[in-house]
Amino acid sequence: MEFLATRRCLKYICFFVFAVSCPSIKNILLLDSEGKRVAVKYFSDDWPTNSSKLAFEKFVFTKTLKTNARTEAEITLLENNIIIYKFAQDLHFFVTGSDDENEIVLASVLQGFFDAVTLLLRNNVDKREALENLDLILLCLDEIVDGGMILETNGPLIAEKVTSHTIDADSSLSEQTLTQAWATAREHLTRTLLK
Amino acid sequence: MAQQLVKKDDDRDDEAEYSPFMGIEKGAVLQEARVFNDPQLDARRCSQVITKLLYLLNQGETFTKTEATEVFFAVTKLFQSKDMGLRRMVYLMIKEISPSADEVIIVTSSLMKDMNSKIDMYRANAIRVLCRITDGTLLAQIERYLKQAIVDKNPVVASAALVSGIHLLQTNPEIVKRWSNEVQEAVQSRAALVQFHALGLLHQIRQNDRLAVSKLVTSLTRGTVRSPLAQCLLIRYTSQVIRESGNNTQPGDRPFYDYLESCLRHKSEMVIFEAARAITELNGVTTRELTPAITVLQLFLSSSKPVLRFAAVRTLNKVAMTHPTSVTNCNIDMESLISDQNRSIATLAITTLLKTGNESSVDRLMKQITNFMSDIADEFKIVVVEAIRSLCQKFPLKYRSLMNFLSNILREEGGFEYKKAIVDSIVILIREIPDAKETGLLHLCEFIEDCEFTYLSTQILHFLGIEGPKTSDPSRYIRFVYNRVHLENATVRAGAVSTLAKFGAAVDELKPRVFVLLRRCLFDSDDEVRDRATLYLNTLGGDGSVVETDKAVKDFLFGTFDIPLVNLETSLKNYVPSEEAFDIDSVPKEVKSQPLAEKKAPGKKPTGLGAPPSGPPSTADSYQRVLSSIPEFANFGNLFKSSEPVELTEAETEYAVNVVKHIFDRHVVFQYNCTNTIPEQLLENVIVIVDNSEADEFSEVFSRPLKSLPYDSPGQIFVAFEKPEGVPTLGKFSNVLKFIVREVDPATGEADDDGVEDEYQLEDLDIVSADYTLKVGVSNFRNAWESIGPDYEREDEYGLGPRESLAEAVNTVINLLGLQPCEGTEVVPPNSRSHTCLLSGVFIGNIKVLVRLSFGLDGPKDVAMKLTVRSEDETVSDAIHEIVASG
Repeated sequence: MEFLATRRCLKYICFFVFAVSCPSIKNILLLDSEGKRVAVKYFSDDWPTNSSKLAFEKFVFTKTLKTNARTEAEITLLENNIIIYKFAQDLHFFVTGSDDENEIVLASVLQGFFDAVTLLLRNNVDKREALENLDLILLCLDEIVDGGMILETNGPLIAEKVTSHTIDADSSLSEQTLTQAWATAREHLTRTLLK
Repeated sequence: MAQQLVKKDDDRDDEAEYSPFMGIEKGAVLQEARVFNDPQLDARRCSQVITKLLYLLNQGETFTKTEATEVFFAVTKLFQSKDMGLRRMVYLMIKEISPSADEVIIVTSSLMKDMNSKIDMYRANAIRVLCRITDGTLLAQIERYLKQAIVDKNPVVASAALVSGIHLLQTNPEIVKRWSNEVQEAVQSRAALVQFHALGLLHQIRQNDRLAVSKLVTSLTRGTVRSPLAQCLLIRYTSQVIRESGNNTQPGDRPFYDYLESCLRHKSEMVIFEAARAITELNGVTTRELTPAITVLQLFLSSSKPVLRFAAVRTLNKVAMTHPTSVTNCNIDMESLISDQNRSIATLAITTLLKTGNESSVDRLMKQITNFMSDIADEFKIVVVEAIRSLCQKFPLKYRSLMNFLSNILREEGGFEYKKAIVDSIVILIREIPDAKETGLLHLCEFIEDCEFTYLSTQILHFLGIEGPKTSDPSRYIRFVYNRVHLENATVRAGAVSTLAKFGAAVDELKPRVFVLLRRCLFDSDDEVRDRATLYLNTLGGDGSVVETDKAVKDFLFGTFDIPLVNLETSLKNYVPSEEAFDIDSVPKEVKSQPLAEKKAPGKKPTGLGAPPSGPPSTADSYQRVLSSIPEFANFGNLFKSSEPVELTEAETEYAVNVVKHIFDRHVVFQYNCTNTIPEQLLENVIVIVDNSEADEFSEVFSRPLKSLPYDSPGQIFVAFEKPEGVPTLGKFSNVLKFIVREVDPATGEADDDGVEDEYQLEDLDIVSADYTLKVGVSNFRNAWESIGPDYEREDEYGLGPRESLAEAVNTVINLLGLQPCEGTEVVPPNSRSHTCLLSGVFIGNIKVLVRLSFGLDGPKDVAMKLTVRSEDETVSDAIHEIVASG
């Protein structure tokens, strides 16, 4: 046990010290149907150079290419990383975390990212639309995770934070409760449908 | 790079794939960035340019230092604009560029203004940007605002401050720790994510204070934590508290277990899973504690979401390693997962089933696996092969179907790693299951007939050479081996020649026929192959009449080579060509231990004057060199072992002394490494007075004092003792450092003429049994164990009393014996109730020792141990037992 504990600590020290206890995200990737970058964000220094990042993206892309991740998010374990992914048209969404991370937490981040992008692109989730609204996608990445820490996982809330150029204290509160209500209702509905 | 992109796009005109960034080029975009300087800012256009810059960065383009600085200064101008969308992009850009310290000052005031803005979005973002780029000095200025922000009523602002706090804690812990009160208040927040971030930060602040963490957990597990993410954190902290207090309680009566169990009924899946996982990872978890967790995981197995199925099956797979019976209830659900679309899930399900399955289900499982092997990736296949290997070790009677399976997949396509895993598995099965030997060897023979991997071919040939001659009909393998000589590359051919020779040496009936084949190899096109054939023909007597091959030749040709190659290499490098032939026995056998100690304590190094001697030459061969330079030690013979330096003084004392014990057959030499840490003193005629009244079997024969010991330049004193030959004589020595002190003027460096005699008490020194054992590893413990034979085997049982953990007990015994753990057996898996540890080494007098330790937990904490020793000498076997009995 002691050995395991040290191994775990060592691994994290080179990554994020807080990861000993907080769930953390290593990267979020948005690739196109050929595995090229649309937008990516790395939070860990597991991939220090651009070429190592590209190699990782290519590896993940080819390993997941043949799977059907269009209705439900799929998951795999590659090189000691958990990768949760989902495809929509010609876009491939990925979230990576370390292999002792809670898979469902990682999945909630992917879902939040996916939902937010869907809202921001007004349901036209494809590469062209994403590139035309790249500013929104980048802001969206910025609002989901900050330096590896999960900021928000609720898609509609993320989308709102990205687009709301006019929030002030009062309206945001009421607006937020509305969106939250909508989100809860939606979640509830999906759950009942799935059962 | 951008240039290339453009070209590529031009080439594929026909595809007409539209992209707003088509033909984008860094130089042009940097030109465009001039709009940032316009007096009348066009917010929309500026946003577009920033997006383009961010696109370039995101694609991996880099800016030079000047480019980055220019862009940064231009971007700071944009704070003039009141456009919110543009401001967001400015924040993003600043974070992306990560300006240097002197540049940060430019934006600080703008960001601080935004931090106090009425607009929440500005506040939240400005906090995140500022904290990202700031350094410690600035932080003190903005601390007040950050504290306010933590308790801000807008959750986005509060979260921004809390998350920034978590990052800042790494660089400026003392500042962030002052925010405890605010953070504590934020933990009570109604906003879900604020609670999560606050809890994360609060725990980080207190993580080194066990009591505080325990209190935090106690209070929160009673209250209501709303956010699922915060709940997950709380579960992690709870299991941390359980882990740390775990040693004092009986299993089954665990604090907080009820809390974990209640989380299994939470409405959020991530909380349920986190709790289930936490329970399965509890130290020494009982079946009763496991059951509710397994039940919820079982429900996940039939979820429609792949993520849930994966999470559950992965956790159950881990549980199956320690508690296979607890997982058997899930077998039906698990079997349906074998055909899961997601191959990761299917593989995990298979391997779990292989771990939990019983003997009767093996055949059915193998059939299912065969169907599915063809469409999974190599890395999963390796996992399956490894699971099958362990299954076979569990059910030796089933070896037939498992061996068949392995040989079938061995014939199919596959990469090197995969094939290697299969071959390794077959080799292990051959070693462990005698019945499987002949079929296994034939499968391997068939495989090398058509094997594209040189490494595997040579490994198999080597293995055939060892195992083949021991079978009922060794001649049937000769054909396969000799075919290699015809068909393969030089490396494999050379391997095949050695294998043939081994058959010849071991089986006398085959000898004449092997010689015929070996003689043919004399005409090979490769030097190495010819040389080997010649060597074997000569040593085995193939040139003339058939003679009985004697044992010495066999040992020379095929015996184990127990000298570490690194040591051999250094010795050969040091060897000066001369009349005297190179003596392989002079090569030290001690395995150099990794300099772990140095790595472990980089922060502990004392600073300033008290620095300990900066390591006298520490490796064995440099000791040998130092000792051989002293004529008095010349007749002591070969150095058997040098210990690690033992400190005889506290750190930061006037004189730092450590000692290295050099053990010879009939002598012991103490090498005292002394350092004078007082600049105002010069020590002369330094000697160590050693009192051996508690070590009466030793008698002092020689002492070499140190003429002078100036400040901060280490010197060595040697004291030699005679002791009975080849016996592990123990004793305790007390040491006093005696010297003449002369005052030194630090300014001029000149010493006073008059010296004063003085002495300095050092700590005692022990010669322990471990000093007489050398850590020498063996590559294959089982083979070594069998070859040494049971003639001088000694076995006994010991009770080690209550111990902190099994691992601690194992380590203590290893250190006591001073032997080399083999095959990674020094590592005790968590939660295990028993453990076997294999040790090997050489005892003084060059006697090989192998030790097998079986540990078991007897009651909650008492550790019992069975110790079996095999060695080449009866007295040594007894001596090992004495070490343990007296230790």
